[in-house]
Amino acid sequence: MDLANFLIQLLNSVQYGLLLFMLAAGLTLIFGIMGVVNLAHGSFYMLGAYLAWSLSAQWGSLSLAIIGGAALSVLFGVVLEWLLFRHFYKRDHLDQVLLTFGLIYVFEELRSILWGDDVHGVAIPDLLSASIPLTDNLSYPVYRLFISGVCIALALGLYLLISKTRLGMKIRAGAFNRDMAESLGVNIKRIHAVVFAMGVALAAVAGMIAAPISSVYPNMGSQVLIMSFVVVVIGGIGSVRGALISAMLVGLVDTFGKVLLPQMAGMLVYMLMAAVLLWKPEGLFKQ
Amino acid sequence: MSEALLSAKNLTKRFGGLAAVNEVSVAIWRNQIHAVIGPNGAGKSTLTHLLSGDLPATSGTVTLGRRDVTGWSPEKISRQGLGRSYQKTNIFLPFSVWENVRLASQSRAPHASRWLSRAITFEAINARAERALELCGLQDRKNSIAGTISHGEQRQLEIAMTLATGPKVLLLDEPLAGMGALEAERMVALLQSIKKDHGILLIEHDMDAVFALADQLTVMVNGQVIASGTPAEIRADAGVQAAYLGEEQT
Amino acid sequence: MSTQKSNLEILPRSVQIALAVGLIALAAFPFAGTEFYIQMVTRMMIMAIFAMSLDLLQGVTGLVSLGHAVYFGLAGYALAFLTPQGEALSLWWSLPVAVLASGLAALVIGFFVVRTQGIYFIMVTMAFAQMVFYLFFDNKVLGGSDGLYINFKPSAEVAGWVPFDLDNKLTLYYFTLGAMLLVYAFLRRLLWSPFGRALAGIRVNEHRMRAMGFGTIGYKLAAFALAGALAGLAGYLWGTQTGYINPELMGFHMSAHALMMVILGGMGNFAGAIVGAFAFEYVLHVFKDLPQLGSVNLGKHWQLWMGLFIVLVVTFAPRGLLGLLGRVKRLGKNKAVSHE
Repeated sequence: MDLANFLIQLLNSVQYGLLLFMLAAGLTLIFGIMGVVNLAHGSFYMLGAYLAWSLSAQWGSLSLAIIGGAALSVLFGVVLEWLLFRHFYKRDHLDQVLLTFGLIYVFEELRSILWGDDVHGVAIPDLLSASIPLTDNLSYPVYRLFISGVCIALALGLYLLISKTRLGMKIRAGAFNRDMAESLGVNIKRIHAVVFAMGVALAAVAGMIAAPISSVYPNMGSQVLIMSFVVVVIGGIGSVRGALISAMLVGLVDTFGKVLLPQMAGMLVYMLMAAVLLWKPEGLFKQ
Repeated sequence: MSEALLSAKNLTKRFGGLAAVNEVSVAIWRNQIHAVIGPNGAGKSTLTHLLSGDLPATSGTVTLGRRDVTGWSPEKISRQGLGRSYQKTNIFLPFSVWENVRLASQSRAPHASRWLSRAITFEAINARAERALELCGLQDRKNSIAGTISHGEQRQLEIAMTLATGPKVLLLDEPLAGMGALEAERMVALLQSIKKDHGILLIEHDMDAVFALADQLTVMVNGQVIASGTPAEIRADAGVQAAYLGEEQT
Repeated sequence: MSTQKSNLEILPRSVQIALAVGLIALAAFPFAGTEFYIQMVTRMMIMAIFAMSLDLLQGVTGLVSLGHAVYFGLAGYALAFLTPQGEALSLWWSLPVAVLASGLAALVIGFFVVRTQGIYFIMVTMAFAQMVFYLFFDNKVLGGSDGLYINFKPSAEVAGWVPFDLDNKLTLYYFTLGAMLLVYAFLRRLLWSPFGRALAGIRVNEHRMRAMGFGTIGYKLAAFALAGALAGLAGYLWGTQTGYINPELMGFHMSAHALMMVILGGMGNFAGAIVGAFAFEYVLHVFKDLPQLGSVNLGKHWQLWMGLFIVLVVTFAPRGLLGLLGRVKRLGKNKAVSHE
């Protein structure tokens, strides 16, 4: 593999890893802080993609669609948490698994009713549609760099939020010891709503910005759901830092695996997971 | 029996920079109750976890009989002849009292993995479970659900389950916790009766019980042993009085 | 990982009677039903075997697996691979081989998976299940996304004599009924064996089990492998009945359906799994068959109804039908072992 190809694959790995991180971060936070496993997380990704498609078609601008879509998903997250999820924090994992599995069906059908079952493309905004030339006949799309850039910005924002703000402090306190945090005046219910909505929004935004390159199709959430679960397992549940490192690892293994060992491509990530589990059954950065 | 049933040498457990257990050595002999006392947070429970394999030690050794069991898993250590009871009642709440001890006894059956026979027909398992129940005075509660019996009875069940595994050494973590005077008396009598043929490490806060039962006393403060000896020696020890006993003698 | 709940292990008299009545009804059903319904009930019984195998893992041992369908599908694939192009396969060796294949796969995957706890266990079983799904989906050699056809049903021929013909829908019905009863009897026996008691102990308090000297990892692995093998039995029968195997049968959707069946009927006693499987399949059938309402084909959106149904059941009746019955039974009586 020559340098240009290597660079392309490396950039692709990073971009894929960062998208996975957006989903895994939400998953691991929601589980780490509220103790809820959410199989419908992939549905939020799909929701984002469809929002990007329908809003950008209506408003003519992808960037407006992303902003509007993000706002809508936050709202959706708050309502969903209030209506359903908050009653399941103390329930068995089995009940949570089945509840969220039922939700997958509900969301898929709602999507079918609202937006139909066709596959759609989303146009890359003109501003970002250029490509950076690497060699005489190879170039790298600016839009993919944009995706990575947005994810990095959001990851940084998440880091700053959790470690440097009062809200972040309250979140960490609530995760560490819920009762103590409550007696110290932290409104735990609001914290939970905020964390849940954040998780939903991260997943939805990931779907939105990825839509132009992945297109928009039914059941698009499943693949990415499994991968984000694998990322969370490898990284360690509850650890956002673990999710980031793990997502990068998975991105690298998956992307380079597809190029170097195409027959085993699909299995490599799972073999990675199996290896990690043998060494550390609770993930690399267990909380 | 010239060697200790259980001996720990220089056991240390660090959590980050904090040493919860610091260079602790303790030995338990047959027919002996060795009590470990100390204020809350002294590291007594942590010491028990280190001895039973529930926590890996940072350094030091644990020897059971002639074998070095340092770093062994809890189930391996249990099978070597160590039994422990817990400060926080750790039984099978939805099962009957009988099933609790029967299961404990089953852990020692060589053919425990026989799949198709009904469990209740194994005579040896049942006999050992019966004996444990009798020793602890719970025969009448055999068919009650463990979650429905009184707190004191649950503590008795804790001990019964530990006995039903036929251990040589028992680690008992605050068996009298939460008991009224009458129940505590009964527990003390029970412990006296099982002292024979066993070596017991007893963690307790109830000083009356401790001085009634213990042949040896070790006092721990802040993870370290500050004194060890017979009850009379400990009572007379000025350092112990200052650090701990002073407040207890009312 | 789960709470210290116990299950309705000893079935109350009313339930025992209901089950006996159900058995008689099942035995007599083919004489009253049409071929369509005979096939449907055969399918329900196959699902009942699948659900019972999961109940061993989930209801008895407390391990929630989102990847159980892998072992269901693998046996079906084994049947498909073993069946020659032009003739029928012998039932007598292909069935054990397929079941063994599933059991072995469960042993291998289980080796990685049983050392994980709680939520990790759920996630890794799901991940491994999807791994196997994609392995078959992406590889034409293994049938790919189109799946594989089984052109001939397994033959029961033994040295020239054919005791029964599985091509006959009635015969297949009774063969499946017999298999279901055998599995039920076996698992009930297992439940009360030392092994079964140990599994129940692991579910209620694994920590104490280890402290008492039980090598719980070994027990969990054994349960995992056994459950996988039994799921394989169901998968083999599925392949025999439908003549077609595809990767979807191994995915986490199928596994979640099985979880639903077990929870619907009530966990831990295997009777609930049978009831739950029948109920689930029936509900699914009803939803898929819903009529046209104005311009909307209600049946087409069966996933929506199914999803809502699952959400409602989990929210309001998490311990299922038999659990409700048990609770009613307990009002007033204080029997020592009949509890939830």
